[in-house]
Amino acid sequence: MELKKIRPYTYEIPQHGGMRVPTIIYSSQNLLEGVRRDQTLNQARNVACLPGIQRTAYVMPDAHQGYGFPIGGVAAFDCEEGIISPGGVGYDINCGVRLLKTDYLVEDVKERRRQLLAAIFREVPAGVGKGGVLRLSKRVLQDVCLRGAEWAVENAFGTKIDLERTEEYGRMASADPACLSQRAIERGIPQLGTLGAGNHFLEIQKVEEIYDTRAAGVFGIHSKNQILVMIHCGSRGLGHQVASDYIRTMENKQGTGGLPDRELVNAPIRSGLGQEYYKAMSAAVNFAFANRQMIAHWVREVFAKIMGSAEGMDQVYDVCHNVAKFENHIIDGQEKKVCIHRKGATRSFGPGRKEIPEVYREVGQPVIIPGSMGTASYILVGTEAAEQLSFGSTAHGAGRVMSRHEARRRFRGEQIKQELAGKGVELQSTSWKGIAEEASQAYKDVDEVVRVSHEVGIGKLVARVVPVAVMKG
Amino acid sequence: MAHPADAKFQAYGSSLEEAFQNAAYALVSLMWDRKKIRPKIVHPVVVEGRDLSQLLVGFLEEVLYLLDSRSFLLHAVDDLSIVSGSDRYELRGLFCGDRFEAGQETFGDVKAITYHEMMIEQDGRVMVQVVVDV
Repeated sequence: MELKKIRPYTYEIPQHGGMRVPTIIYSSQNLLEGVRRDQTLNQARNVACLPGIQRTAYVMPDAHQGYGFPIGGVAAFDCEEGIISPGGVGYDINCGVRLLKTDYLVEDVKERRRQLLAAIFREVPAGVGKGGVLRLSKRVLQDVCLRGAEWAVENAFGTKIDLERTEEYGRMASADPACLSQRAIERGIPQLGTLGAGNHFLEIQKVEEIYDTRAAGVFGIHSKNQILVMIHCGSRGLGHQVASDYIRTMENKQGTGGLPDRELVNAPIRSGLGQEYYKAMSAAVNFAFANRQMIAHWVREVFAKIMGSAEGMDQVYDVCHNVAKFENHIIDGQEKKVCIHRKGATRSFGPGRKEIPEVYREVGQPVIIPGSMGTASYILVGTEAAEQLSFGSTAHGAGRVMSRHEARRRFRGEQIKQELAGKGVELQSTSWKGIAEEASQAYKDVDEVVRVSHEVGIGKLVARVVPVAVMKG
Repeated sequence: MAHPADAKFQAYGSSLEEAFQNAAYALVSLMWDRKKIRPKIVHPVVVEGRDLSQLLVGFLEEVLYLLDSRSFLLHAVDDLSIVSGSDRYELRGLFCGDRFEAGQETFGDVKAITYHEMMIEQDGRVMVQVVVDV
């Protein structure tokens, strides 16, 4: 496909054929090679053909092939003419990342990191088939989906300050649990307060480098070797079921004719079905916020027990990277409310946006980019420029380059654990095969992904962090 | 099969039923070893679809639904039958397996069954191709 380089790290698929807008890809020479090998560009072009799409369809530096929409895709739709699509959000609704700071330094936890990891492993259920410790009624689960992290805080999982430092303040008010199927609720009940498996993880990390001391300071990150905790998970089976349910309902209602890919199925935002999906998706978003809130609480309890105190373990932020929501953006010189789809992309709002908590309003929001297992992760800060360049969005992670099967064939979990131990990183997982599947070689180079984000200006580097102990589901 | 971000598999059979059954086994192989699961519990499964692709997605989703809601690990699919009406298909069968117990090895995670690159070929031998979100 013809790609036009229009600026450094910026490539365009000019509007042609059925495209209603052009597509812009933020990438480097290296990353582009991977993107060209799979269906990412075709998928991005298909997104640009959807009704009501605004300005440009964007592709983030970590993009790879998804289903329907690419992973690492950002698209905005007009509220009157536009559509909403479960495939534009992804199956793991509100998959996201939460970051806690601590006042500990790496030397404080060094001797006890194994103990910390083992205790977290006991407290936080993880792995395929493993349910949570709570036995919830359907009514309580519906309440969780209505009120998100607020529900968790009211039930003594964390503090009100956590809510302030969570995207959407931990609750999308648009949620309506009545739009969830019985199956979604049944899958959610045993899974609240679980990490899951696959690419989801929980890491104790240390700050390796600080690039922007001012923003880092505002985020509570003050020195090299400071210990942080990162939690990466989503809405579990409940969210997956919402996506599957509404893809099916939309197909049955409007058929699949005319779509280049069935996963692009959608409904007009204004339609009853479009609204129902939005309300169900919001309920799944809230489930995920509550889930990460509970896990964060258990991590603090473990630190209190093993380190003697969890004081200073404030939440830096909690970001969603699979979501649709309504935001105001400047389009053709006019401020306009649009429905933004971020699928494998993180909101990256700069200073002044009313959606971000007051404490961050002068510097911009924290953007948390998890790396692959055992490699670096990054903290970025949102920028004003991102609003013009990507509807206030940037990358969400490393992005896979190798199938899980291939990774399992090439790597052994035991060996990876040993290699990491050699680097001083403890690793515990429910499964050796799971470790092999998540080998860092199966992922893109996260360093390059964030470098592109920084150079383009859609998310600026604040700090690089590396793992000390890793829990994998 | 190579698919960068997901798991893609093809399953074969001499009939549609056999290919669907093998697709369920391929799906399960991404999460546990079904030969290590005893057939202690039976769940009857009924799925409808407006076409074969939707039927296959719905059928494989049953594995995920029972896993998440009942901690059910599939060992085998029995008595599978697929009937086609004028504008829809119906599948019936039995899922035999056991509840997840501590110490059992499970791995990976399959979030959902997708329509992406789905193929159902019935040319003598039946082949189905599925990409799942992991």
